[in-house]
Amino acid sequence: MENGNEKKGQENLWRVKVGLAEMLKGGVIMDVTTAEQAKIAEDAGACAVMALERVPADIRKEGGVARMASPRIIREIMDTVTIPVMAKVRIGHFAEAQVLQALEVDYIDESEVLTPADEENHVWKHAFKVPFVCGARNLGEALRRIGEGAAMIRTKGEAGSGNIVEAVRHMRTIVSQMKKLTTMGEEQLMHEAKELGAPLDLVQHVAKHGKLPVPNFSAGGIATPADAALMMQLGAEAVFVGSGIFKSADPAKRAKAIVYATTNYQDAKKVLEASDELGEAMKGLDVRQMEEKDLLQTRGW
Amino acid sequence: MKIGVLAIQGDFEAHAKMLERLGVEYVYVRTPEDLKGLDGLILPGGESTTHMKLLAETGLEEAVREMAAKGGALFGTCAGAILMARDVKAPEQESLGLMDMTVVRNAYGRQLSSDVFLLPTKLKSEPLEMVFIRAPQIEKVGAGVKVLAERDGKPVLVEQGRMMAATFHPELTEDTTIHERFLKLARNGKKPG
Repeated sequence: MENGNEKKGQENLWRVKVGLAEMLKGGVIMDVTTAEQAKIAEDAGACAVMALERVPADIRKEGGVARMASPRIIREIMDTVTIPVMAKVRIGHFAEAQVLQALEVDYIDESEVLTPADEENHVWKHAFKVPFVCGARNLGEALRRIGEGAAMIRTKGEAGSGNIVEAVRHMRTIVSQMKKLTTMGEEQLMHEAKELGAPLDLVQHVAKHGKLPVPNFSAGGIATPADAALMMQLGAEAVFVGSGIFKSADPAKRAKAIVYATTNYQDAKKVLEASDELGEAMKGLDVRQMEEKDLLQTRGW
Repeated sequence: MKIGVLAIQGDFEAHAKMLERLGVEYVYVRTPEDLKGLDGLILPGGESTTHMKLLAETGLEEAVREMAAKGGALFGTCAGAILMARDVKAPEQESLGLMDMTVVRNAYGRQLSSDVFLLPTKLKSEPLEMVFIRAPQIEKVGAGVKVLAERDGKPVLVEQGRMMAATFHPELTEDTTIHERFLKLARNGKKPG
């Protein structure tokens, strides 16, 4: 209607894609596999849920090809909760993304947790009306995904490990790489863009503003309230919790505690309050004992 | 003048940036104590279910109601507008119930229906850019509520006494008109805290 020409329409589409990510800031996005879990997540204060067939810890255990969840499961979850519902597609699998768009999910995660469909190309996300979130281990990867149209970035961490070490590594890497850019002269940025393998205009944006042009969240290994508080203090603007909740002894309680700690991440007394009497956390894996082939974070580039 | 921005979840930073641009002192509000000495409070966008739960847990729910009762100025955008409403539908849920209106959640549809519109308001002659994201709809308002803008015949920007609500996100645009209007409401009253 009043949206005028096509360029303006594209600009406005980008604004509402990033806009929804803005609304999720300071919140917790939880992995759920059933409508019942989605309800538990919503009641605990999740700002969105990620609908999937198996949580990463089970994908890891069971092996085989991990694909987009069945539309039936996603639809049941969409019918059950009023908060935004996200779902995952395999890296490069734009047809799965088309299906999720037809299903009208609110966000698509092009995710390394699923088995990649294309080892060279990610989805061209600008072609979609539904916004995308993508994982990244460093600034170059984050900017390549934004260049393809991702409206939200999350650190990859190591999904399903229950171990925060990789999420920390990736967040620290991105934050220090951004800081470095802000200290550089404009004549240095082309070389830096070449080194990062990232589009020049996005490198220039980061150099000027000291942050990504889209919200930067954290994922991959968060299992406790203190894990969430750690990632928020390191610069995450919100957190994804995958296996950490529904692989723990008391999911409802842990979900609520992680939400509380994420909001109050600067207040150690409140994080303490959230950490008390939570029951057993998920067992977790030592990433150093894992073999290269078992790492999910190296999927995609 | 000092304005608080509720910072428990959502796009509170966007509101803070707006206040910075207008040269207004602000604080992030996470506990009841943070409300002390404020002239007004902004309830940002985000997830209203999350906000309501955290408001109750932190004791802010009562404190904000008290602030409103004492004449403090309040402004809610999107999720914030839901919290301001007396009645919430789809589904029915708790709210602060400060403004005489009924709000229907996600009434325009899911994210695919999120969009930007240029619409007239009673605040200035040029139309304003309005960013709607999974927006709620104001289904009806009481006699004491002034409607300042509409979309498809339904109110999207309303005012009642020293309270304002928008179902869209003025904080995600460059235009400061609506925030200036709120600051005027905050300036005109006595300090509640």
